[in-house]
Amino acid sequence: MFPRPIQKSSTAAQWVYSIALPVALLLWLFPLLGVALTSLRPASDLAQGNYFGMPSGIAWENYKFIFTETPIGQYMLNSMWVTIPTVIGAVSLSLMTGFALAVYGFRANILVFFMFVAGNFVPFQILMVPVRDMTLQLGMYDTWYGLALFHIAFQTGFCTLFMRNFIKALPYELIEAARVEGVSEWRIFWYIVLPLMRPAIAALSVLVFTFIWNDFFWATVLTQGVDSQPITAGLSSLNGQWIAQWHLVSAGSILAALPPVAMFFLMQKHFIAGLTLGAVK
Amino acid sequence: MAEAATTAPRRWTQRTLAPWLFLAPGLIMFTIYVLWPIVESVTLSFYDWNGLYDRDGAFTGTFVGMGNYAELMGDPAFTTSLWNNLKWLVLYMLALPIGLFIAIFLNQTVTGIRLYKSLFFFPFVISQVVVGLIFAWFYAPNFGLLYLLTEAITGKGTAILADPDLVTYGIIAAGLWPQIAYVMILYLTGLNNVAPDQIEAARLDGAKGWRMLWYVVLPQLRPATFIAVIVTVIGALRSFDLVSIMTSGGPFGSSRVLSYYMYEMALGEFGFRMGYGAAIAVVLFAIMMIFISGFIWKMWRDEKER
Repeated sequence: MFPRPIQKSSTAAQWVYSIALPVALLLWLFPLLGVALTSLRPASDLAQGNYFGMPSGIAWENYKFIFTETPIGQYMLNSMWVTIPTVIGAVSLSLMTGFALAVYGFRANILVFFMFVAGNFVPFQILMVPVRDMTLQLGMYDTWYGLALFHIAFQTGFCTLFMRNFIKALPYELIEAARVEGVSEWRIFWYIVLPLMRPAIAALSVLVFTFIWNDFFWATVLTQGVDSQPITAGLSSLNGQWIAQWHLVSAGSILAALPPVAMFFLMQKHFIAGLTLGAVK
Repeated sequence: MAEAATTAPRRWTQRTLAPWLFLAPGLIMFTIYVLWPIVESVTLSFYDWNGLYDRDGAFTGTFVGMGNYAELMGDPAFTTSLWNNLKWLVLYMLALPIGLFIAIFLNQTVTGIRLYKSLFFFPFVISQVVVGLIFAWFYAPNFGLLYLLTEAITGKGTAILADPDLVTYGIIAAGLWPQIAYVMILYLTGLNNVAPDQIEAARLDGAKGWRMLWYVVLPQLRPATFIAVIVTVIGALRSFDLVSIMTSGGPFGSSRVLSYYMYEMALGEFGFRMGYGAAIAVVLFAIMMIFISGFIWKMWRDEKER
């Protein structure tokens, strides 16, 4: 193990480590903690210049205010409407593409695979004008499905890479054996491979959920109104209205961060397994 | 035997057809939304177009050849953006050593370390919009912590986001926060898989500290480093959210990057210059392609070895 386990060091070093750990964490998360505290600070404190001193009270009303006086609840719902169909769509499509690329040795295999991988890395701006134009032409501009359809297509690239590598690591004998038994390809996919894919499905679902929830660029390009804008774009436009009302900006930020954070804590193992794919051999 | 003879040709066709049926939905979606738009954008970059169609639904753009690219060459905003992208690319690489350092710091087995690791990872999970707002608050003039800190040290507070010379660095610092967290988690996973016997053997040979890290540990972390470089480069070149949230490219356009400038040209307040925007996007795409081909090339080599 590297570095040497701290337990093998002197008692003094162990003490230093046990103090350094929380101090480092506090410093690391300092900006976030500051914002979390500001979100609970009464507006009157900020008006009097009391930004960092003892708050005069805990102001839950900041949260109440953004829920009742701004469409933030609607924005959160819109985000859900975009995110959940995208997760389902991208994971389903990539289960199939991943299966096709992992199991069959046809000639264009590697080419198709690399196309998915490369497409996943292109800058969004090269897609922006045509995708926006097409979405407009199809009458899907400013709708949740217009946004979700694009996300499904784009995320399929990354998800295919993931699924294909996962299926490739499964024992191929399983599939061979089934073929000898005369099981059809579709049933091999459905009854043999799919049940083994649960960890991959879980990992990808949390990852895609986070990516899409946090997406800002496509939200601004493909939606504009309160009725369809996701929380990221909504928060940005609210920020424009709440000039320097930091207690509201902070409360909105914390709220927007909550769902992916909850997702991460609930599904931590899967999340990290998905993100670190390829980091070990 | 007889049965095998009759089913063999059928199964053969099923096995050549099956991959394409499985691929079809994903491939069609990907072609419509990703591959084809790339071709369209490249074509569009040779046109002058305001994004509109005439009453019959016909395209209204005019062909200008290399006109957009020629204009880019003499556009100071483009030069600023390109230069800023370079700053992003270089400074973002700091995420690697810092992420590795934190990973080493956290790679212990004391009580509660798991919680520490996930809390350190936190910044990556939250949206860049939120990260941008958090840092805008941190940098805010007059009461922002950084402002107060610089005021205490130098006697004069610095409002980073209002300073044309410093603004890009301020935004990059905000971007590094989640990026370091990502790299850290990659290295933590990598460290977990370092062969213990090699470490022990090196330790018996008297290797420790830097020498151990450089000669024994880092070579084993190469897959993690490779992924970290790729995601960091992509993160640096995709920097749109933070610029948009924190400064909208300002002050005086000094924090623009290609991705943001492209958006401004095509959809921003300067009017809908789709062709010009597409040309900027093509330049960004070309830069990204250098890294993408490197990645594909390495993957292709690994595939062949298998």
